[in-house]
Amino acid sequence: MRAVYRTLLTAVRALRRNVMRSALTCVGIVIGIAAVIAMTEIGNGISTLNAKKIASLGANNLMIQPGSAGGSGFSFGSGSSLTLTAQDCDAMLRECTAIRAAAPTVGTNAQVAYGNKNDPTIRITGTTPAYLDVREWPLDEGDCFTDQDVRNTSKVCVIGQTLKTNLFGDEEPVGKELRVGPVSMRVVGVLTRKGASMFGSDQDNVLIAPWTTIKHRVSNKVDSSAVAQASGASSAVNSLSNPYPNTSLQLYPAISQIQAADTPQPIRFANISYIMAAATAPEEIPVAIKQVTELLRDRHRTREGQVEDFQIRDMTEASDALSESTALIGKLLLIVAMISLVVGGVGIMNIMLVSVTERTREIGLRMAVGARARDILWQFLIEAVVLCLLGGIFGIGLGRGASMLVRQFAHWPTAVSLPALIISVIVSAAVGILFGFYPAWKASRLDPIEALRYE
Amino acid sequence: MELIKLQNLTKTYHVGELDVPVLKGVSLSIDRGELVALMGASGSGKSTLMNILGCLDRPTSGKYWLDDQEVSQISSDERALVRNRKIGFVFQSFNLLPRTSALDQVMMPLTYTAAQMSEREGRQRGKDLLNLVGLGDRMDHEPSQLSGGQQQRVAIARALINRPPLLFADEPTGNLDSKTSKEVLQMFQKLNEEENITIIIVTHDANVASTANRRIKISDGLIESGGYGESESERAVDRRPASAVSA
Repeated sequence: MRAVYRTLLTAVRALRRNVMRSALTCVGIVIGIAAVIAMTEIGNGISTLNAKKIASLGANNLMIQPGSAGGSGFSFGSGSSLTLTAQDCDAMLRECTAIRAAAPTVGTNAQVAYGNKNDPTIRITGTTPAYLDVREWPLDEGDCFTDQDVRNTSKVCVIGQTLKTNLFGDEEPVGKELRVGPVSMRVVGVLTRKGASMFGSDQDNVLIAPWTTIKHRVSNKVDSSAVAQASGASSAVNSLSNPYPNTSLQLYPAISQIQAADTPQPIRFANISYIMAAATAPEEIPVAIKQVTELLRDRHRTREGQVEDFQIRDMTEASDALSESTALIGKLLLIVAMISLVVGGVGIMNIMLVSVTERTREIGLRMAVGARARDILWQFLIEAVVLCLLGGIFGIGLGRGASMLVRQFAHWPTAVSLPALIISVIVSAAVGILFGFYPAWKASRLDPIEALRYE
Repeated sequence: MELIKLQNLTKTYHVGELDVPVLKGVSLSIDRGELVALMGASGSGKSTLMNILGCLDRPTSGKYWLDDQEVSQISSDERALVRNRKIGFVFQSFNLLPRTSALDQVMMPLTYTAAQMSEREGRQRGKDLLNLVGLGDRMDHEPSQLSGGQQQRVAIARALINRPPLLFADEPTGNLDSKTSKEVLQMFQKLNEEENITIIIVTHDANVASTANRRIKISDGLIESGGYGESESERAVDRRPASAVSA
């Protein structure tokens, strides 16, 4: 330990004897490491931004659909069986750690009208407030409906930008009542513009309302009654227009449609069209899929070997694009790092070789007073490593400074990368050892008699 | 009591196909506390003998006992240890480290000393030695701020830091004027008398050699006189009293 300290001290003293040269020798490494740090930090920022952008396209989204009904060789296609419930969705949020948010969703098509304008083709989505979180879709004005609204089957909705323009023109939509099919709904919020989806359909031409409202008030269609063998009864139950469908004996006078709509009954089973879920991160999607599959198999009492009654879809294309672009940035940075560090390392080797030649007599003297070959080797190796490490530390400072300037003035997001800091220190030490070894070895091979006589 | 004993030492250099014998069987013994001048013309084998005596080089054959240790065939690492512990070197061109304070120069060999002493202890010993050579007020001076004689005295202090029994001086006054030469030679005499250090001064200058109690002359790879290697009688005859330094 003491010998290491003494050697280190000797090396530092030798470097201090020629401060200017030592500083200039470091410059290569300083610039190399600074470039690596700045690039990594800026690159990190950009890739976070990228990830956010791609995530808003749905890279970390999962769509859980009911499976296909059918049997003995025929199928009605996915979504045709009625097996998913809002409780499945709650359970997912509770038990799947890789799921950040999940929203039960029902979809329908209905005419939407306001004043003398209407829009017959609009996509109506019934869901919970979590849906906007899953889609990463903020509101432009107003507020989203609440979970309370979902429980109360409230007649409220939020609308997309296209629908706002089509129906309201320049009018302020928040607080206005519009009609969805036969049901009147109050607009509580307007979504920000999301633009077209990757396949060209306009994502802003939407109306989003509590799923209970859509399911029980708007959507009158009997859910695929033809194929809903298992849940035929429940689909009849699930219509607010006929709360007691199986009662043959009427104890009370039949309630009118309006009365029924005004007093929704507690519902034991309400199937939904699909569940939209967001994984905590795009990389977590495989984990999320595994967790959801296990949970839903359990909840749906699917036996070992039996086919699941649901399907999970993810946006593989989008997430692949994300990971590919991130990997590409990483590779590029690595190449830049390599080149600059090799250049810096050659600079160090060059100066160390000059230094060994110039200090031949010193080496001879040190050998004469009792330095072994390996003492000389260590001294020069440590000098090179100290130079590189100092260069690395200054480089980290410079790189951090540069990335802060970029953040301050160019408003690019930057993020500190701890692994990059640690790796730069290790790499600069490694460069010192790699490029310092040859000069140090040369120094240690000198013959003390020759070295002492060297002019 | 013998510090150095050489027995039939030879050294042959191989130049291409040719064998060039430089030392042709040197026998020699030097007692502790002697002040010896090693003399010889250039090409006489003086430098080669000095290198071997200083454990910088290895003889081709023969035996060399230094401080009761047979060192003629030991490895280079072991020779480094011997140089560190038992031999101090003073060179013609001082060989001080540039831009390094006198105290740090003196302490430099301690870096390679296996038996470690504390930094404070080493510093104290360095200061004592600089005081001994009369440079107590120049401890923080760098070589460029010291005169030639002062630089050589720093080098002497450095050679003594590990308390070696043997001090080698290779043309110690070669780069000095006559006044400072005298000072340095007096310093050697003082060290020899007061500290009982065995000193070997390698020189071709008869004036310098006359400081020594004993002169060993070497020519053509053999000891011409003063070796005492063969018989005790020769020693008695050749011993002369130390003469004063001639200016």
